[in-house]
Amino acid sequence: MNEKTLDFIEPETSVKVLKVTGRKSSRKRILDMGLTPGTRVDVIKRAPLGDPVEFKLKGYNLSLRKKEAETVLVEIVK
Amino acid sequence: MTEKITIALAGNPNVGKTSIFNSITGSKQHVGNWPGVTVERKIGKKVHNDVMMEIVDLPGTYSLTAYSLDEIIARDFIIEEKPDVVVQVIDATNLERNMYLTTQLMELGVRLVIALNMTDLALAKGDNINEKKMQEFLEVPVISTIGSKGTGIEGLLDAVTEELHKTRVTENVFNYDNQIEERAEKLGVVLDSDPYFAHYPSRWFSLKLLEGDENIIKKAKESGSYPEIQKILNETDAEILEAKVADQRYKTIQTMLRQVCNINTCRLTGSDMVDRVVTNKVLGIPIFLSLMWAAFEITFTFATPFMNMIDIFFGWMAETATTVIPVPWMASLVGEGMIAGVGSVIIFLPNILLLFFMISLMEDSGYMARAAFIMDKIMSKVGLHGKSFIPLVMGFGCNVPAIMATRTIEDTRDRLITILITPFMSCGARLPVYVLLAGAFFGRDAGVVIFSLYALGILVAVVSAKLMRSTILKGEDTPFIMELPSYKIPTLRGSLIHMWERGKIYLKKAGTIILIGVVGVWLLASIPAPGSSGTFASEEIYGTTESMIGMIGQALEPLVTPLGFDWKIAVALVFGVVAKEIVVGSMGVLYGVGDNEENLSNILAAGAMTPLAALGLMVFTLLYVPCFACIGVIKRETGSWKWTLFQLAYGTTLAWVFAFVIYQVGTRMGLLA
Repeated sequence: MNEKTLDFIEPETSVKVLKVTGRKSSRKRILDMGLTPGTRVDVIKRAPLGDPVEFKLKGYNLSLRKKEAETVLVEIVK
Repeated sequence: MTEKITIALAGNPNVGKTSIFNSITGSKQHVGNWPGVTVERKIGKKVHNDVMMEIVDLPGTYSLTAYSLDEIIARDFIIEEKPDVVVQVIDATNLERNMYLTTQLMELGVRLVIALNMTDLALAKGDNINEKKMQEFLEVPVISTIGSKGTGIEGLLDAVTEELHKTRVTENVFNYDNQIEERAEKLGVVLDSDPYFAHYPSRWFSLKLLEGDENIIKKAKESGSYPEIQKILNETDAEILEAKVADQRYKTIQTMLRQVCNINTCRLTGSDMVDRVVTNKVLGIPIFLSLMWAAFEITFTFATPFMNMIDIFFGWMAETATTVIPVPWMASLVGEGMIAGVGSVIIFLPNILLLFFMISLMEDSGYMARAAFIMDKIMSKVGLHGKSFIPLVMGFGCNVPAIMATRTIEDTRDRLITILITPFMSCGARLPVYVLLAGAFFGRDAGVVIFSLYALGILVAVVSAKLMRSTILKGEDTPFIMELPSYKIPTLRGSLIHMWERGKIYLKKAGTIILIGVVGVWLLASIPAPGSSGTFASEEIYGTTESMIGMIGQALEPLVTPLGFDWKIAVALVFGVVAKEIVVGSMGVLYGVGDNEENLSNILAAGAMTPLAALGLMVFTLLYVPCFACIGVIKRETGSWKWTLFQLAYGTTLAWVFAFVIYQVGTRMGLLA
């Protein structure tokens, strides 16, 4: 399986969310923002200093620090 | 007879909620705080179809969990205050995520009206939304609006008044799978039988329990039925349920979206293209720095002529008052106390208005989130959020608007730390003190000394932030989960309203504290010390040894002697709390050279103090109690005297320790002798 955490995905790659782990408060928020299992996420770019990272999902743009992206388990679709 | 109703305005951040609010209420709005917290609350009034509407602007939220203070405020308002109608403003270009909040509002069983906002942008993007079908699916009125142009507001208000007289039956539009529904039903039975829960919509409460909402579980624990509730909850793994609830809400939304619109998601939008440049790896930082520079220049350079005019005007007023009023003490009170006091409040207004105009442009255009995105890496090193950067930079101009600018930071702890460390950013008013002292004592090295003071301020701020994060404001780091909203063209009207609101808050709330402070210092400088034969507020008394302030200065002398200062410096520092630049002026008066700064430099350099003491005095000026205006806004923005006094005590202690070390260690080592 091509399972990875979201912080490891290179920009301009598309992934599908498998699971959100991590602390309860951030996990809940990440789910609320739409990173539910099965959702397609495009990794857009890293900030000029390397962190945070910008994603596109459900037609909008979201940024997470690598620390938060680390809690999202994904598989590469493209 | 007119009916009186309350409308709550809900919605995600960045959906144009404020422009809808402004369009409905016009200038009839009141800005205050939610009780007990410093989250802003805006209330406006509007009469429509003979109905008197009070519109409460809820904080912008993505969800209604217990994730943030904003969300708890929004949902507690809906549950406790029971507004007659809730209007949710939805960004039509971003339906899916916006509707997530809709699902929760509907579960709360409120009378809901949806304002489908920015339909013009959705159309331009190529999205085609069928409002009729959406309305049928949700069984809730859906009105399309364009908040920035005020379009659709009449229709929205019509829908609200119509909705008033209907009974709600739409609680169950959103269904979950059997596992969740069964448990929700079981929980519902328990909740319905316990009067403790009569207050809450039971389906909503059950779902929140299943989602593992901490705030709701805490409430349930206080009831007698908790053992029963716990039994039902323990039947399934909470973590799985929590993901399922979110997942199924989104699934229902997707089902609806397939029926009501065709959304064009693939095309690269104009906003994406702008973003490619603005947060580009190479250009991102230069663009950010240029914008910061421009914002700084406009705020502080453009304001200078206005500030000079205000200064001249109040100077003239004070002088006129002094000559017109025959009784000397009264003339002095009016001129040097009250008029000067009002002047010292108003003088900051140009700065505040301009800075908030700039901030409003940055926020409304969507750039503020990008600024945070770019700077977050650096700010996270000291445990802060990317959004703390802008207030801190503005602090170099003036701490007062900078502290007010912390409003853009959502997390309360991050915001509090940023407020507490902003005064260490060396503001423009401290510069005259540095220029005088560095010029008098360090000649050609003055530039290096002044630069080092700015650097020291930053260092103290950074170390203090880290220290506070690991001691008094300890806790988990707030997760960084931030939307990057699409770029929009800000409206002049919106920015002007925002700017004026800030100006009003400053004048009303901080203004009083500043005025009291300034008049208080005038009194101390005017009341003759016990045993003095001088008359109240006469020129022989004002600010000299014969006055109360002189007495205080002398009483403080033992405290400042170890720093190499005499009582005159102590008095000047007390005056400096009115405004930092006054330190120079009052030293002039105390050393008997008046306004002549060159003479003052000569006297100081000739032996009134040593170079080490002068260096200590500059550091002291940098770190000690900020000015009254600053104290006023710290109080207003933290909402607490405790934190305000903490800042004052912390800064002054640091100032004393630094000056002490510089003077004592330096003297012993024979430095700068």
